[in-house]
Amino acid sequence: MGGANRKVARAGISIVAVIVVFVLVWESYKLIWTALGWENPVRPDDRTMPHTWDIFLALFRPAQRNGPPFILVELRAALMTLREAFVGFLIGGTIGFGLGVLFVRSTVSERAFMPYVVASQTVPIIAIAPMVVVWGGRINLPQWLSVSLIAAYLTFFPVAINTLRGLRSPAPTSMELMRSYASSPGDVLWKLQVPAAMPYIFTALKVSAAASVIGAIVGELPAGLRGGLGRDLLQFSQQFTAAPEKLFAAVMIAGLAGIAFVGLITALEHRWIGANRRLTT
Amino acid sequence: MEARSLGKVFGIGDAQTEALRDIDLEIANGDFVSLIGPSGCGKSTLLRLIGDLVSPTTGTLVVNGKEPGQARLDRDYGIVFQSATLLDWRNVQKNVELPLEIMDFPDAERPTRAREMLDLVQLGGFADHYPWQLSGGMQQRVAIARALAFRPALLLMDEPFGALDEMTREAMQQEVLRVWGETGTSVVFVTHSIPEAVFLSTRVVVMTPRPGRISEEIAVDLPPDRDLDTREDPKYFELVIEVREALRRGESGSGGQ
Repeated sequence: MGGANRKVARAGISIVAVIVVFVLVWESYKLIWTALGWENPVRPDDRTMPHTWDIFLALFRPAQRNGPPFILVELRAALMTLREAFVGFLIGGTIGFGLGVLFVRSTVSERAFMPYVVASQTVPIIAIAPMVVVWGGRINLPQWLSVSLIAAYLTFFPVAINTLRGLRSPAPTSMELMRSYASSPGDVLWKLQVPAAMPYIFTALKVSAAASVIGAIVGELPAGLRGGLGRDLLQFSQQFTAAPEKLFAAVMIAGLAGIAFVGLITALEHRWIGANRRLTT
Repeated sequence: MEARSLGKVFGIGDAQTEALRDIDLEIANGDFVSLIGPSGCGKSTLLRLIGDLVSPTTGTLVVNGKEPGQARLDRDYGIVFQSATLLDWRNVQKNVELPLEIMDFPDAERPTRAREMLDLVQLGGFADHYPWQLSGGMQQRVAIARALAFRPALLLMDEPFGALDEMTREAMQQEVLRVWGETGTSVVFVTHSIPEAVFLSTRVVVMTPRPGRISEEIAVDLPPDRDLDTREDPKYFELVIEVREALRRGESGSGGQ
């Protein structure tokens, strides 16, 4: 399909264009601020703002003396973090969907539980994460699964809220139509409400995909899990003054991991939901 | 179908509105009855009472020889709303199959029946189309096919052509008459168009608002096979005028104006 190819090409061009503009802004800032001797808001020196090409080159230097290149080590770390994030995403997504269904079926349960669901998201993840790790350790949960549970904690909320909204989206006449057929509650749910909710659910899944990666990265820290992005990001931020480009490079890879995950969900959305039904995001 | 001193009050306490009062109405098998009246006369509410989509406050109602709730559970009626309410994610064929799936028709029978119904409303060639690819009139024809797919004894139509342009509307009226003739279903048809009520019905029930009441019933003794010529028949014009005057009498008689 020529149209589709052109679309992909256009998307590729705009992504490259953004990178080019970003590099230009970054480097001109350094140039101008250095020339004029300005130091605010950010110092333009190579420690605070390494050259973009230094960040890029850092990807291909060995991570440790005589070790494999940085990019390989970090991609492997990203893969591990993504796996934890994905499992958490599945757990959180399932719980969120279940809560949405429960709330749409029973207003009483919505009134009873919704305040706690909302409150759960005001508790910072860095307070929850150590608790999950300690409790997970008590019942001999594998460490990575504790990390997944932390990711799930960030995932379930958007899915629950949007599922509920989507399940309530059918017009009153559609509900009357189902009633006229003497439909079972299951038929109303699976033949009308869930299909109607899919665009809403996919919007939530995209938010959740990004959130689950953050949850996994943060969760790796109290879990003391090695080999993932969390630990590396912490380490590089401690070494920031010595080797700032490493932190920037690792952040880039963490960002790419999130983009890849969200991209996967978007691809599924495009496969399953017709263009006319997709919510714009 | 039979209603005896049927009444419906919405809301409670001070917020009460009386939608219907003392409705007495009989509809025989094979009748085509239009409910006509200004907005707020409770014609849609009466239709929803028959369909057990709302419950009566007072009086008794018998649909197809039973309580409306039982008639609904027995799938005795099909309903068509002003908006087609087709499911966007199903193609035309699958939309018509929806009630058949819910009513557990055998897998093998569903596509055949859906095809039959689509042929009936002359949309046989559009089975694979999606609702958004169809015009408003075509969507409404799919809705009619869907309502008739399980062969209900009664067809309820709530201003089904209210959102269509005049030309499409007349074509749809012809269509509905043909379908009615071929299926022998009884029809209760809510409308606020006088020509539409006269053209379609065997009987026109005129209603008045605040509270909704039946003011007059007018038998339409036009020949059963009606077409474009019927619309130019003097008898047709007489009946249109008769319904219009009945509506006007109702308007002044209700005292609310």
